[in-house]
Amino acid sequence: MEKIVLPEIENLNQIDVYIAHDGFQSAKKAFAQTPDALIDQVKKSGLRGRGGAAFSAGLKWSFMPKSTDKPKYLCINGDESEPGSFKDRQIFEYNPFQLIEGVIITCYAIGAKVAYLYVRGEYHKWIKLMQNAIDTAYEKGFLGEKMKETFGTQFSCDLFIHKGAGAYICGEESSLMNSIEGYRGYPRVKPPFPAQKGLWGCPTTINNVETITNVPPIISKGWEWFSKIGAPKHPGTILFGISGHVNKPGVYELPSGVLLTDLIYNYAGGVPGNKKIKCVIPGGSSMPPLRGDQLEGVKMDAESLKEVGSAIGTGGVMVMDEDTNLLKVLLRITKFYHHESCGQCTPCREGTSWMEKTLHRILDGHGTSNDLDLLVNVANNIEGNTICALGDAAAWPVKFMITRFRDEFEKYVNPNISLPVPNKVHSMRQTAVPLEDISK
Amino acid sequence: MEFKFTEENLKRIELAREKYPTALAAVMDTVYIAQEQNGYISNEVMEEIANVLGIDKVYVLSVVTFYTMYHTKPMGKYHVQVCTNVSCMLRGAYDIWDQVKGKLGIENMQVTPDGKFSLEEVECMGACGYAPMVAVNEDYFENLTKDKVEEILDSLK
Repeated sequence: MEKIVLPEIENLNQIDVYIAHDGFQSAKKAFAQTPDALIDQVKKSGLRGRGGAAFSAGLKWSFMPKSTDKPKYLCINGDESEPGSFKDRQIFEYNPFQLIEGVIITCYAIGAKVAYLYVRGEYHKWIKLMQNAIDTAYEKGFLGEKMKETFGTQFSCDLFIHKGAGAYICGEESSLMNSIEGYRGYPRVKPPFPAQKGLWGCPTTINNVETITNVPPIISKGWEWFSKIGAPKHPGTILFGISGHVNKPGVYELPSGVLLTDLIYNYAGGVPGNKKIKCVIPGGSSMPPLRGDQLEGVKMDAESLKEVGSAIGTGGVMVMDEDTNLLKVLLRITKFYHHESCGQCTPCREGTSWMEKTLHRILDGHGTSNDLDLLVNVANNIEGNTICALGDAAAWPVKFMITRFRDEFEKYVNPNISLPVPNKVHSMRQTAVPLEDISK
Repeated sequence: MEFKFTEENLKRIELAREKYPTALAAVMDTVYIAQEQNGYISNEVMEEIANVLGIDKVYVLSVVTFYTMYHTKPMGKYHVQVCTNVSCMLRGAYDIWDQVKGKLGIENMQVTPDGKFSLEEVECMGACGYAPMVAVNEDYFENLTKDKVEEILDSLK
């Protein structure tokens, strides 16, 4: 199976190896074309953002004003703080030069001279790896002034790392820009959108690390090739990070539209102890969870997941087996959003705290059925009433976990309730890989 | 207590400053450098950061109090961070959390009397596939068992 973002080539993180595998050829090809032609190709390729919203990357680029006297900026979002998501660090570690090449091409396409790579502060090791790669790229003439000579063009761009400092909210694009500017990571009201007024009030495009890393192969192999991989409406491969109750957790690069059950049982080796699955969160903690009995036939792409009432998010799949206490899971998720709420909007600041307190009450054994309705009510009052999507991200798990697992939650508030035969609510799949083959 | 940046760090701040069109944007990098030198960010440190960058002190304060990786009080020589978010929790992070708490004899955000260890319950560190995990200062330790945690803590001198 073809890997686009993380090809299985040894030492690809060494520049010589990267160049030997046609590295920076796609940038060369790009400079021979007009920026508009590049935007057009990325648009036609169907590449969609890998950071959560799955928005068309080419379309986003085309929002950048063509004529402006202001400088333009590119931000690459490597904040990667969504629980369940750990894919960007693989790119920093194993394929940094493809990311750099993607940055060069994107900068050229949108007319930016400076790019900022925002990496979460906890990733000390990966920041060092990435900084080394950037330094090497400067040295070898793939970034900065020397680019003009290397590529024989008039264009050059700079790439800097901006180190975050432990705020989930900075993964939100406008908050990320505030953070780069040196302010608190408060999201901004939109509109104006970043393409009109972004960094320092200048036109800015913000793309996820994985999105940008997809760009060089699209330019070198053509948009038609890319558009034929995986699900037609959400083409390409996706880095699925699978965690929780699976035998072989990790990051798997697979064509979009792969079956969720395939991902869990064939690639990730199934559930330890051959237990049944109670719940799966398919795209990072803020996405609506799926019941174990809803997993058959679910495909992992933006459109298919929307149909079953969830979303692709960052592709971080969290698997929970039949013995998982969903109340504790939901409480932990809500605690996270309460902690990470920036505090600007009242519904989110107060609502997340309310939800956490109410869930605590249930866990302490003082909950009632009404509390479940209250939680859904509070969640509904957060959703859509905040500046940024963190509000929705906090509301969705509560709302959907309780409505989709109402039977379970009724049991948490009233332990005397006996649930229907558990087998009916759980995925019945068996692990496809023989258990003895799975190394611990 | 007066605080002054070392010559070397002043050069690093200058480099950080060159990345951005404004001095304010270099504040996060500068706070990191200050924290590295001083261990934590006190009032005096904030003042010096503001001086060096030529910005108002309130901007430094607003950043230091917003981001969780900046500390306004001294932390231990080894800052032990245990992730207890969902993916880690599903794989026993709370057992690890209790174990570390018990072994160090301190609670969240406390420092041992000898100043050697401090402890923090952190949110998702991006190691979900290698859970449970603990980070000590800048290093990640992944795929942990109780025995491994014991070993790691014992190795910190």
